[in-house]
Amino acid sequence: MTQFLQQLTNGVVLGATYGLIALGYTMVYGIIQLINFAHGDIFMLGAFGGLALYNVLPHGMQDQVLIALPLCTLAGIALSVAVAVVMERVAYRPLRNAPRLAPLITAIGVSAMIEEGTRLWYPGAKAPLTFPPLLPSGGFTVGGVRISYASLVVVIVAVVLMIALQAFVLRSRTGRAMRATAQDPDTAKLMGINTDRVIVITFILGAALAAVAGVLNGARLGTVQFNDGFVAGLKAFTAAVLGGIGNITGCVAGGFILGIVEVMAVQYLPNGSGYKDLWAFVVLILVLVFRPTGLFGEEVTVRA
Amino acid sequence: MRNRYVVRAAIPAIIGVIAVTGCGSNKSSGGGSGSSGSHTVVIGLSAPLTGPLSALGLGMKNSVDLAVKQANQANKVKGWTIKFDPQDDQGDANVGGQVAARLASESNLVGVVGTLNSSVAQQEQKAYNDQNIVMISPANTNPMLTQGPNFATGNKVRPYKSYFRVATTDAIQGPFAAQYLKSQGITKVATVNDQKTYGAGLVQQFEKQWKSQGGTITSHQTINPGDKDFSGVISKIKPTGAQALYYGGEYPEAGPLSKQMKAAGLNIPLMGGDGIYDPTYIKLAGPKSEGDLATSVGAPTDQLSSAQAFVSAYKAAGYKEDFSAYGAYSYDAANVIIDALAKVLPGKSSIDSSVRQAIVAAVQQTDMNGVTGHVSFDQYGDTTNKVLTVYKVKGGAWVPVKTDTFNS
Repeated sequence: MTQFLQQLTNGVVLGATYGLIALGYTMVYGIIQLINFAHGDIFMLGAFGGLALYNVLPHGMQDQVLIALPLCTLAGIALSVAVAVVMERVAYRPLRNAPRLAPLITAIGVSAMIEEGTRLWYPGAKAPLTFPPLLPSGGFTVGGVRISYASLVVVIVAVVLMIALQAFVLRSRTGRAMRATAQDPDTAKLMGINTDRVIVITFILGAALAAVAGVLNGARLGTVQFNDGFVAGLKAFTAAVLGGIGNITGCVAGGFILGIVEVMAVQYLPNGSGYKDLWAFVVLILVLVFRPTGLFGEEVTVRA
Repeated sequence: MRNRYVVRAAIPAIIGVIAVTGCGSNKSSGGGSGSSGSHTVVIGLSAPLTGPLSALGLGMKNSVDLAVKQANQANKVKGWTIKFDPQDDQGDANVGGQVAARLASESNLVGVVGTLNSSVAQQEQKAYNDQNIVMISPANTNPMLTQGPNFATGNKVRPYKSYFRVATTDAIQGPFAAQYLKSQGITKVATVNDQKTYGAGLVQQFEKQWKSQGGTITSHQTINPGDKDFSGVISKIKPTGAQALYYGGEYPEAGPLSKQMKAAGLNIPLMGGDGIYDPTYIKLAGPKSEGDLATSVGAPTDQLSSAQAFVSAYKAAGYKEDFSAYGAYSYDAANVIIDALAKVLPGKSSIDSSVRQAIVAAVQQTDMNGVTGHVSFDQYGDTTNKVLTVYKVKGGAWVPVKTDTFNS
């Protein structure tokens, strides 16, 4: 039982990271029906942005977790948001009315450009880089289950951000504009909503959340690499589809389910650690067979 | 119309992306200038020059470059200039296949030093063997490469007669590690491997020896190359009471694994093979990696009296990167090829199939005192030098703790 709870905590931490990244996929899909395959790389850039700032911080500040962590997170957000805005403006907006496949393929191209750009231009990024321990070290034990402070911070930050996002989308004026654009962009435009602005805001929110996930993940695992975004992006995309892409609650739930399935596979299935990714995708396929719209998705009439 | 225009503009962009990502580097640095030979012969290199394993690959490249420059300066191969053509295989078996196809089609190429990874070598062996091009690896340790897929059952068959290596195999490295751990009073070990040719083979050989000497394997886990979060595996191993963890794989995963183990309260040493024996491992694993262990082939380069000349020449040449774990072996591998060229090429005016066959035969007969010790090959193309060393992380660096010749 202790072992089960220990693995459950591991799964929740992993799931919180997946959930944070998945929000960016699901919001962008909800609004412009684009699967932004470059989103995983925005997550990776967040970690690199944080790392870059850390390296120029004065030594006295590097050790102060309460100063260094927020500063590095802000730097990560700044880099991710900047790249996401440029990406939307240059790569996706010109293709807004193109057939669906064109922006999808473009997204894959953008992803490769970000990865290779990082590999070539970030000093030392050709090899895995050490990420500084921005999170408090140590931990505590509850009933035999060890919880590190780092994991606790990751989960708390993720949950707070998820609730804040939900409140923003449901309560604020911009949030209402986002929902209107998602439902029917043409009518939203007629109602005086600047849909281009709404779409940019969506990209900014998604990138900021991914950047936070990137910095936290780097600090927790202690390493970053230029191609970290690929697998993380794939997993987060799976989480988004699992929960019902376009649905914020579903995507958070999908992230946690995926994280928990992965660690439970490691614990209870034969050779589970080697095949944990396989089990994650098996769950996805099963859900899609029985609920093609995902766990929380609604039937959507396809727009012309 | 507007959209069609955009798509048309996007196509060159996409092709550009593919060109950047897909084809590796075609840069060839002319390693051999300043010599008087009228004919040119080419020695290639296949190693990861970019990517996570580049620290090892660049050390290999520089060391071969040094050997080639010295040979040209001393005019070792009369009448011929040696040119060096290093290629980046990115440590990826698919890229390795492309590198091999490219190198094997060069008409003046007679030998290749490489690869670093056993899985990449598997993709390249045949292409060179078909053209009678010598391939000498300074680092491949999987027994299959020289002794065929059924080596474990005693049915040893050499698959490619042009493939040689100056590194010992995992059939020796794994058991050597098992003997060392036992001598430290450890009886219970958990193993983790990355499911690649090298990692899985190393762990298999380790476990065989470990069980035969009465040790217990408390847990046998696998991970995927590229994994970052090992919390599941660590939580599973922790309650089994393992006193050490034996890891089959390379430092990009081993470093974070060690760091996360200790952060999760699993304070046991991680031991690995030559794939983790690199300074980058210690950087990734952090200060708590003190006491972690690795085996590597041969004796420590800077403690070998025979290697002093190499170490000082390497420093004098001013290479930016360290010669790393396989530098001295790469240097020897290159010199094995150069020695064979010196025997075969003088008096010849071009490279053809019979010349290449003569070079392969000359390499097989190698009997040379290299910087890593005496170099010669057995009937499988394996080195007869079976010296290994155990290293320990002490004060943030790998320190040799035991050098020995393996006896089963």
